Amino acid sequence: MGQAYTPGLKVKKSVTHRCRRLLPIKGDVLVEAGAKVDAQDGVARAFMPGEIEPVNVANLLSMPPNDVQECMLKQEGDRIEVGEALAQTKGIFGLFKQTLTSKHAGTIETVSNVTGQVIIRGEPVPVEVKAYLTGEVVEVIAGEGVVIEADVTFVQGIFGVGGERYGPVRMAAVSHEQELVADMIRPEMRGCVIVGGGRVWHEAIERATAVGVSAVVAGGIDDQDLKEILGYDLGVAITGTERIGLTLIITEGFGDIAMAERTFDLLKSRQGSMASVNGATQIRAGVMRPEILIPLGKDKRSHERESESWSGLLKLGRPVRIIRDPYFGLIGEVAELPPEPQALASGSKARVLEVKLASGEHVVVPRANVELIEA
Amino acid sequence: MSEIDPDKINVILATDCGSTTTKAILIQKTDGVYRQTHRGEAPSTVEEPFADVTIGVVNAVTEVAELAGRRLIDENGRIIQPARGEGGCDIYISTSSAGGGLQMMVAGVVKEMTAASAKRAALGAGAIVMDVIASNDRRKPHEKIQRIRQLRPDMVLISGGTDGGDTKHVVQIAELIAPARPQPRFGAAYRMPVIFAGNRNAAPSIEHAFDESVELSVVENLRPVLERENLGPARDAIHDLFLEHVMAHAPGYDKLMGWTDAAIMPTPGAVGNILRTIAERQGIHAVGVDIGGATTDVFSVFDGTFNRTVSANLGMSYSISNVCAEAGMPNILRWVHFDMDERELRNRVKNKMIRPTTIPQSIEALVFEHAVAREALRLAYRQHKEFATTLKGVQQQRTVGDTFSQEMGGRTIVDNMKLELLVASGGVLSHAPRMHQTAMMLVDGFQPEGFTTLAKDSIFMMPHLGVLAQVHPRAAMEVFERDCLVYLGTCVAAKGHGKPERSCFSYEIRGGTLNASGEIRYGEISLLPLGRGETATVTVEPGKTFDLGNGPGRRVVREIKGGTVGVMLDGRGRPLMLPEHREECKRRIESWINAIRLYPEVEKTRG
Repeated sequence: MGQAYTPGLKVKKSVTHRCRRLLPIKGDVLVEAGAKVDAQDGVARAFMPGEIEPVNVANLLSMPPNDVQECMLKQEGDRIEVGEALAQTKGIFGLFKQTLTSKHAGTIETVSNVTGQVIIRGEPVPVEVKAYLTGEVVEVIAGEGVVIEADVTFVQGIFGVGGERYGPVRMAAVSHEQELVADMIRPEMRGCVIVGGGRVWHEAIERATAVGVSAVVAGGIDDQDLKEILGYDLGVAITGTERIGLTLIITEGFGDIAMAERTFDLLKSRQGSMASVNGATQIRAGVMRPEILIPLGKDKRSHERESESWSGLLKLGRPVRIIRDPYFGLIGEVAELPPEPQALASGSKARVLEVKLASGEHVVVPRANVELIEA
Repeated sequence: MSEIDPDKINVILATDCGSTTTKAILIQKTDGVYRQTHRGEAPSTVEEPFADVTIGVVNAVTEVAELAGRRLIDENGRIIQPARGEGGCDIYISTSSAGGGLQMMVAGVVKEMTAASAKRAALGAGAIVMDVIASNDRRKPHEKIQRIRQLRPDMVLISGGTDGGDTKHVVQIAELIAPARPQPRFGAAYRMPVIFAGNRNAAPSIEHAFDESVELSVVENLRPVLERENLGPARDAIHDLFLEHVMAHAPGYDKLMGWTDAAIMPTPGAVGNILRTIAERQGIHAVGVDIGGATTDVFSVFDGTFNRTVSANLGMSYSISNVCAEAGMPNILRWVHFDMDERELRNRVKNKMIRPTTIPQSIEALVFEHAVAREALRLAYRQHKEFATTLKGVQQQRTVGDTFSQEMGGRTIVDNMKLELLVASGGVLSHAPRMHQTAMMLVDGFQPEGFTTLAKDSIFMMPHLGVLAQVHPRAAMEVFERDCLVYLGTCVAAKGHGKPERSCFSYEIRGGTLNASGEIRYGEISLLPLGRGETATVTVEPGKTFDLGNGPGRRVVREIKGGTVGVMLDGRGRPLMLPEHREECKRRIESWINAIRLYPEVEKTRG
């Protein structure tokens, strides 16, 4: 049975949120400041240089590299199509000429007289950045992208896989503790961001992928199930580019864990609204956590600006969640804050706090093993 | 930065900016001798919302200032220099590993030769090598191009061709890399540094292959002739470009560079520097390890040759899942003397990965983490040994036949029998509740042979001393010898195998506080007390299949150092082999735990 577990991550019913939407290389911004955009509108576009194909003409026509230039039928900057003649040998007294035709279409970029290699550059590849968030463009960064702002319900997860996706919120579980299994996934959930309760099983993910669900949000997942879903054992928590057919966001952690009741109720209250989600997670070198953004809509305004970071001091009475065994997942409030380091069962000495659990029991845990909970 | 007169230095402030924590230490000259006096730390502030590394530096220095009762930060938030009365410092230096380190792509013509040398140069400069491209790496040109486009390196190193030799192949490599346009992770405004360290005759063609979107540097060939590597110039170029380009892009570093009195060193570079200094001064063979949350760095000095590897995929929090995947759970659980539910463990490992700052509270959690650490050390050391080698493809005595032969494996220069000093640092080693646990993790992970002194870096001071050694070697050495290293003791280990319960070696120990003699049986380990600062003479007589330094069956007499743990007499054999059968393995491990008094009693039967 899952245990109640409330994240120390950001879970806000209503907050003003900004996101930067930038191209990977210089390009064109498609919207102006003040424009209202939908999550799936393109806001910036660029063209990546096309794929390159090296053709070793010297080897293919059995000639020294520095003879290649004069045998070329196309020069640097010329366009070439598939099947078109690229180079031709002089032959013997003009006879027995050998012609090399191109297997690729593109533009001749370089002809090397050192290696005899010709580089053909394929068609430029368009790259577009979507808005991701339905809102207003509040800043244009010339040549790079925009900043979009909207008042949203903001839910941060602890871990995810998969990238940006969209869809209406749809509850699949009836309680924050209910596990998400395959037969709870129904065809009408196609295109939706579905919300489970406790642990999600890999069969449920498979079924969701088959149905065409956009994203799955659940409290917990077993590591073995994640391995089944990904097809490999995840080594480091740097995700976001997995192609598994949907985005998966876990709100609490690994194991049999129920979603925090507050998070579950909040998502339930937004059922039917369009959500933008991103499963990308990065724990090192720039912490990034998965997120669910649900714009409040035209008539609703937030009175809270998003704080830059969610951190704070431990204080008596403050609600906390324990995030490590042996009390993993339990919630309580700070009962005591002894100033001196104390010996743990492991033999280490660490600064600790005493937590009064919901059951009334008092436990002592290292300060490093709790997360703050927003009241 | 002005010239520093070592004689005028009385107060030294040093910081190390890590990915998670910024640590500051104060070193003061007391009675003519430099001593580390105070230490402070604060969370690093490279990431949003602060995005300025100097904030974490000021916070850490403020903590040191409060502990020392010495004003070190002025009202403008700047470090006060020089030292006057009860305030200020004479020099300020720093190291850094924040931002995840340097990630490089290297390329060479022949995978086993110039490409391997390029990889060694990059690893030796403390970089993480993302991929090695070579003409003979069995990938088709379009696969190489695809890979180059996928990677987002900070820097590229290209090598190939001996000086005066053929230029075609190395130019061909450059002609693949240039149009593939590897995209740096720092974004559109960053000019990718590309270093060419190959056949000097090819330099003009290489320059022609690249355009202004890269910052091309040409340095001396790292393999000028087949028989010789010349990695120094390439390593120096990597280091300089790292500081100038990569680090300068990390938020606040340009400001920090203006504060320090010496160039900021990458942390692995500094740790390696101090270890190399010590090994050279004492004329010993040494290995150092720094096991962190994401990476494990191993440094070695054997026969005067220094090597450094950064195992970017082996660590105790961010990379803990990688360790479990690479080692395999059975290899980790073989170090655990009670049963643990594997499924539950996998979830715990992943939870540690996504919440890396938690610490083990229960003894079971501690035992498991130490088991993971043993495997991380073993795997990192294996990677290190693979790269600290003699040259591949070239034999010492060259005949006509030799010239054409292809030796597929270079011989490692790491020799556990020669190893005289093994130094530990990094959270799981430094913060183990009992130093016996640190000693045992080192011995089980590295498996030293013969006589090896074990030590740990008391408070992770080696980075600070490494950068200090650049500007004030005397101060660095004095602090290292007096305050940095905590000697754990000596491990006396027999190489070889024998029959269980039969004699491995007999010993006689004569010292001021320890006089003992006896026999160690094969499979057994024993601990005798010999305290810090104490020494003793040990005479060992190994059995005929065992070697303790003078050959199988030959007596050895050595002077050894004591420490906080003592003398470990290790008859378990080398390489260390554990029973395949789980129950037998648990019993064996438990006997060793009891012999070394590693852990308190645990509940043995679990679900």
